[in-house]
Amino acid sequence: MKKWALSALKPLLTVVLGLIVSGLIGQLTGYPASAVMSALWLGSVGTVTNFASTLVIFIPLSLTALGIAIAFRAGLFNIGAEGQYWMGAIAATWVGAMGGAWPPGVHLLAVILAAIVAGGLYAMIPGLLKAYRGAHEVITTMMLSYAAVEFGHYLIEKGPLMLPGAIPESPAIAQSATLPILVPTTELSAGIFLALGAILIAAWLMTRTRLGFEITLLGKNPKATRLAGVSAPKLTVISMVIAGAFAGLAGGVQISGVSHQLMDSFANQYGFTAIVVALLARNNPWGIIPSAFLFAALQSGAGYMQMNANIPAQMAYVIQGAIVFMVAADRMFDWAWIRFRKGRWGQMPPSETPAIAHEEVSL
Amino acid sequence: MAQLEVVGVSKRFGNLRANDNISFSVRGGEVLAVLGENGAGKSTLMKIVSGFLRPDSGRVAVDGQTIPIGDPQAAIRAGIGMIHQHFMLIPRMTVMENLILGREPRTRLGSIDTRQAKQEVEDLSKRFGLHVDPNSPVESLSVGEQQRVEILKAFYRGAKILILDEPTALLTPQETDRLFGSIREFARQGLSVVFISHKLDEVMKISERVMVVRAGQLVDTVDTGQTDAFSLARMMVGRDVDLGASRTTSGLGNVVLTVDHLESQLSKGQPLLGPISFTLRHGEILGVAGVEGNGQQELAELLAGIRLPSSGTILLDDKRVDSLPIRRRLESDIAYVPADRQGEGLVLDLKIWENFILRDYYRPPFRKGLGIDVKVAKARTQAAVDAFDIRPNNIDLPSRALSGGNQQKLLLAREMSRNPRIMIVSQPTRGLDVGAIEYVHHQLMSLAQTGTAIVLISLELDELMKLSDRIMVLFRGQIQGIVARPEFRRDAIGLWMTGQKGQEVRQ
Ligand SMILES: Nc1ncnc2c1ncn2[C@@H]1O[C@H](COP(=O)(O)OP(=O)(O)O)[C@@H](O)[C@H]1O
Ligand SMILES: [Mg+2]
Repeated sequence: MKKWALSALKPLLTVVLGLIVSGLIGQLTGYPASAVMSALWLGSVGTVTNFASTLVIFIPLSLTALGIAIAFRAGLFNIGAEGQYWMGAIAATWVGAMGGAWPPGVHLLAVILAAIVAGGLYAMIPGLLKAYRGAHEVITTMMLSYAAVEFGHYLIEKGPLMLPGAIPESPAIAQSATLPILVPTTELSAGIFLALGAILIAAWLMTRTRLGFEITLLGKNPKATRLAGVSAPKLTVISMVIAGAFAGLAGGVQISGVSHQLMDSFANQYGFTAIVVALLARNNPWGIIPSAFLFAALQSGAGYMQMNANIPAQMAYVIQGAIVFMVAADRMFDWAWIRFRKGRWGQMPPSETPAIAHEEVSL
Repeated sequence: MAQLEVVGVSKRFGNLRANDNISFSVRGGEVLAVLGENGAGKSTLMKIVSGFLRPDSGRVAVDGQTIPIGDPQAAIRAGIGMIHQHFMLIPRMTVMENLILGREPRTRLGSIDTRQAKQEVEDLSKRFGLHVDPNSPVESLSVGEQQRVEILKAFYRGAKILILDEPTALLTPQETDRLFGSIREFARQGLSVVFISHKLDEVMKISERVMVVRAGQLVDTVDTGQTDAFSLARMMVGRDVDLGASRTTSGLGNVVLTVDHLESQLSKGQPLLGPISFTLRHGEILGVAGVEGNGQQELAELLAGIRLPSSGTILLDDKRVDSLPIRRRLESDIAYVPADRQGEGLVLDLKIWENFILRDYYRPPFRKGLGIDVKVAKARTQAAVDAFDIRPNNIDLPSRALSGGNQQKLLLAREMSRNPRIMIVSQPTRGLDVGAIEYVHHQLMSLAQTGTAIVLISLELDELMKLSDRIMVLFRGQIQGIVARPEFRRDAIGLWMTGQKGQEVRQ
């Protein structure tokens, strides 16, 4: 089998198992698996409109997941991408709502750049804390994520981005700051090209550049990386900045392409779903395409299912949950796979298994 | 008198035949050596004998009684005591607690009968001449003492057949001698001893019979008196081995490295190393001897720039390098082969060719635009892999797929191809088999021949005596002595290693 096909096998298995488990749950709770699946299929890719709305969710999910995957590759658990996403959105809204006459395209460009910079700078903080103070990024990114969300709330509730009225929301961004819509009557904007371009860039960065090589080194073996003369602290900061830049871009594209203003619901917890997207993609930029698409389809299919097939949207979340669980249980598959290949179940003394498991997994 | 008999033991790990129909026996009062290269299957065989592993076929009998296989408790009951390659003591507990763990004598009220335990332990240590303070915590003991505790533990559980898996690997020469004394005493008292080693001289010294295993197969069992190191080596490796290959030093060049009052402190007033001073000449191999943890690692890291000194200087030619960061030192042609090959030297998940360029990927000839010139990198790696005969010869494999010996070859190939002026090599042959050791030694000697100055850190005194022009002994971070080749004497160096000043210090 081709190498990439082999590496796609396990994630595929993960998804299939997730579907089977949730199908069983559906069956038991009175929603036949076939009905659920066909409703989901229709709702996510069955019509042009539904397909478009899947892609609308695909955009922020894939971009944020890229940021998470790159950090993961560097061995950094950037679980607070949600915050970087918010900061990108805040910056985009702020620049987008600026009045004045902009030459064509420049306003949009400024919005996108502002989002990238904001996300990158915000992720730099945990990067610096990790590199020079040893603060664990799981804690810092998480806390900063809450801080960013609260900051956003403050801005639209009583801060400078507040639009007077009952609903907390910001003023809409200028027309010149919005991404063109691709499919009329849908929310699908040219942001999809930004997402695909970003995936291309991330893949190029990770596989074709020295920086990508260094990031991979750092993630695989920080000690050997240091001994090779690479400055691990600097690289830690750079990796976090790049990760944050992608997440920030996601927020910016969401503002510029979809919501056009900052409000509470715009984020939709994409930053957290994206963690699973990245994990399912095994932190491979190309893998993020199917992985993000799957989760996007589940989310967009859920609404349709509820409205048109009378199946509660929760059913889609059950599926999502089952897949998330399977991703988390991924290590278990590795273990089972080895046992299977060795053809001997439970013979080795337990103390000897981990080393071997480790060995086999990476082959 | 216990007699151990092992018949037709086979064990496979996947496709690997770790043991293939191996039979042997040991009489009471006899020392049987099991000789074989790393990976030959010695530990596997002994784990089977002591019940830690279940064989695919074969049986184990003590005094004619077959014991249940794969049951460590049954093996212990039958009187088999195994001292593993890696000790299995609990560092925080005292010697006594470790000894009686799991087999505590109880008073009638059910609490631990410390008096009786103490008595039993004292009797045992007196009987076998194994002295350790029962009340000191295990973590404060030297390696030799910990080993004694392990042996005592086996006796405490009633061992009549003692299996020692590479017991000398971590010992100083003096501790080894002492262990050998004990082993002879065990045999004199009628115990059976199985002594596992890959070191020929030890086997020749301690055993009555030698059983040689190679690649999971029993090669032959011979009387030690009827054989010699050379034939044993041939049996073990399967071809002729050049054991002696001593170094011919062709006059040393100018001083390249000057270390002056170099010191590294853990915190103020707590020196890890130094202050130490020494020099190194072109083409010289300076051996650094010492018991593990006496500052060797710190010295290597100070020279390589991984750790910065708290005071003192390092001059390369006339240039100060002591505060240069790692990459600048690499660029100054200082190479470092760390002891921890897998943890520090290689990135196991990366391909062989990626590991080969690990230190130089960012500069010509590997630099290309923002990326790496994969073609050049692969061509260079292929050439080195061919030259060093690294197997399997497939540079796209992850370096994890290489055996320990080939990983070390890859490391050496990488560092040597950088044409270093100074190379710091730490434990270059630890865990390697005889063939690979021979190879590494040859490479180091020829590297020195071309003018590279080598700092060779090793726990193997034999290795140091074979390769070095001078040997420097570190003890508690201080230079205990430096001795030049003509004056190498095992016993004197051994004494220095334990902190005794036996001799005048020579520069
Ligand atoms: N638990 C295990 N699973 C798979 N392979 C093993 C295991 N234990 C040992 N081996 C392999 O079996 C061979 C023999 O190992 P071992 O008995 O430890 O050799 P020795 O002690 O002679 O150095 C080696 O190739 C080793 O990699
Ligand atoms: Mg062994």
